Amino acid sequence: MRQPMTSRLTFYALVLVLCAGCAEVAVWERAYLAKAHAAIDPYPQQTALQQHIYSSREAASGGQESSGGGCGCN
Amino acid sequence: MARLVGLGLLYFFVASGVMADSVSRAAPACQLQFRHESDARPLSQFKGKVVLLDFWASWCGPCAQSFPYLDSLQRQYRDKGLVVIGVNLDEDLQEANAFVDKHPVGFPVALANNAACAQAFAVQAMPSSYVIDQTGTIRLQQLGFRPGEAESNRAVIEQLLLEKP
Repeated sequence: MRQPMTSRLTFYALVLVLCAGCAEVAVWERAYLAKAHAAIDPYPQQTALQQHIYSSREAASGGQESSGGGCGCN
Repeated sequence: MARLVGLGLLYFFVASGVMADSVSRAAPACQLQFRHESDARPLSQFKGKVVLLDFWASWCGPCAQSFPYLDSLQRQYRDKGLVVIGVNLDEDLQEANAFVDKHPVGFPVALANNAACAQAFAVQAMPSSYVIDQTGTIRLQQLGFRPGEAESNRAVIEQLLLEKP
């Protein structure tokens, strides 16, 4: 009897936490989000190059986003 | 039943892919504060003209692409009754001014306090353009900017210019 009550409470607590985190940002309020320094990866070319070197030199393809899978065909 | 659901889904995907929509609803009231002007002017002041209202911001790449196209539209159809209005939605006015200096255009640009106007139009993408006919009805809305679509919109504008209010 106790277990379902606890899990139900946990569920509602989680829902509340998730609801509190939602905020609608209008399209015209996305100036800061659109800037390069707000990107998850602000230097995609540099990252791609580094990943390429890493995977070909270290034979360590995988472990991060990468196409292909350690076949040595870089 | 399954076929019905399939058709419904198909319609949903096809409909959501269309970015230039023919619509027919009254343009909401909107105050526009033009650059180099002290007083705001209501959008209704342009009734009797075909108005292309373009919402843009300095941080939006396609907006910069659309500016030469909008400028060419304005130059081509100004004498036939088209008014192109750029409505800026930057939060930082300095950035908006710098953008207009970098991309000089012949059409009027409204710079400040336009969020209410964007809200009234329910702007969903940057840039968003609305073509309003002589009677003040929105006849076309364009979300985003793609040169191919922009050219087909030119035909719609030409047709609207021929309509008598």
